[in-house]
Amino acid sequence: MGFVDVLTSIPQTAAEPERLTVVPARHPWRWVATAVALVLVAQLAHGLITNPGWDWATFAGYFFEKSVMQALLVTLELTFLGALLGFLGGLVLAPMRLSKNRVLQSVSWTYIWVFRSVPLIVQLLFWANLGYLYETLQIGIPFGPGFFHFETKSLVSSFGAALLGLALHEAAYAAEIVRSGIVSVDQRQLEAAAALGIPRLRQFRRILLPQAMRAILPTAANELVNLLKSTSVVYVLAIGEIFYQVQVVYGRTGRVVPLLMVATVWYVILTAVLSVFQHYVERHFNRGWRR
Amino acid sequence: MIEIRGVHKSFGHLEVLKGIDLTVAAGSVTVILGPSGSGKSTLLRVINHLEKVDRGHVRVEGELIGYRQVGTKLYELRERQILEQRRDIGFVFQTFNLFPHLTAVQNVTEAMRGPREAVQRKALELLDRVGLADKAASYPRQLSGGQQQRVAIARALALDPKLVLFDEPTSALDPELVGEVLDVMRDLAKAGTTMIVVTHEIGFAREVADTIVFLDEGRLVEQGTPAEVLDSPKHDRTRAFLSKVLV
Repeated sequence: MGFVDVLTSIPQTAAEPERLTVVPARHPWRWVATAVALVLVAQLAHGLITNPGWDWATFAGYFFEKSVMQALLVTLELTFLGALLGFLGGLVLAPMRLSKNRVLQSVSWTYIWVFRSVPLIVQLLFWANLGYLYETLQIGIPFGPGFFHFETKSLVSSFGAALLGLALHEAAYAAEIVRSGIVSVDQRQLEAAAALGIPRLRQFRRILLPQAMRAILPTAANELVNLLKSTSVVYVLAIGEIFYQVQVVYGRTGRVVPLLMVATVWYVILTAVLSVFQHYVERHFNRGWRR
Repeated sequence: MIEIRGVHKSFGHLEVLKGIDLTVAAGSVTVILGPSGSGKSTLLRVINHLEKVDRGHVRVEGELIGYRQVGTKLYELRERQILEQRRDIGFVFQTFNLFPHLTAVQNVTEAMRGPREAVQRKALELLDRVGLADKAASYPRQLSGGQQQRVAIARALALDPKLVLFDEPTSALDPELVGEVLDVMRDLAKAGTTMIVVTHEIGFAREVADTIVFLDEGRLVEQGTPAEVLDSPKHDRTRAFLSKVLV
């Protein structure tokens, strides 16, 4: 073979790369895994439909029943107010913990330590028994004379005790969530704001918090879902939220599983609603980060 | 007029500024040169009280910055009063530090006061002045480094400061974007803005500066016109520095 032949034979493929066809890699095990997953899902669905123990008729009968609807409202109230008060508490506790003042730091640290340590259910029972510790409460000068007196039992209803417990518990977690958001913001942002002479509170509200929200939101939404489910714990105070209410019904009718499913499906629906809400709120605070 | 008198500043055991005296005339451009670690940025940050001094003081048009004098003592002002003083002193950062969640025009208006419409109109004029009228609604992420720094300059001008400080404004930029920022600064100088600029852009210093100050190891080694300092430096350390920069 001469030199010229070599020159003409090699470029035949190299000169026309567009003629080459790309063949994607095959993944046979993906097909096997898909088949296994589909069989398992089919089994589950078959069980849910055919097993009479689920008693879907009873489920449907109680799903929109009046007492269940009222209980659902109580669950929503506890979740909404607990989250609102909790996050307001967190918005105070987080800056305290990041403060240069050692006393404020320690108070915030201790609060978070205590309220994260005590199980919610234990705390709720404490608040419900507040009247045993302090029969009357008064407003006045610390260690001095008091001006207003209250009967503890008349002031703190069981709903009040439950809400207080949830909010205080939630504030400890919210404080850490807010703090994680604050420390995630570049410190140079505050320096730029300070160089522009923007007042301190406005720096926090207009510069720091909107940027911190990006880090706060995913964990805060997580905590909100957690709180929604934690409201079921207040059944120990005999408050008619949804979990307590389905227990009352199955205590009377003996239909445990379908009524637990009533509460379960409502929790699932509410969580789904929160997730959709989360998506839009996150999108709002991500403005400026999307291209 | 800006007067810096006997300024000392230490970080822990490290003394960064060892007694700086400097006077800057109103409407003039002063460029501070010096090797890294010489205290240039610290001096700039002392002027608007982003750093507290250990000794000495700074006056801008007669007003003591960060302190109130009673007899022979200087009492540090409350934060609110210091923030109010900073409104007279613009600051442009090496890393721009625009607010990423606000658009260009919102960045400019954030610290402004007054009727909404007037504020908006003035902000758009400032963006036009730095050549970014069409980018008013863009977020910082959508802008190039040079454009971001020009927005930052517009933001610093928004409060009609008596003085604008520039801390290595082009050091974080790609080489091809340096020119557009320097052009804006050149225009400001022509318009009579009082400027103190820390930079390594010797060409800019030669062309625009009224005074060049050379700082080394926390001391003001020499100062003079660009011709004096750049072409016939008196001090060995200035010569050594310039020989490295003017290759």
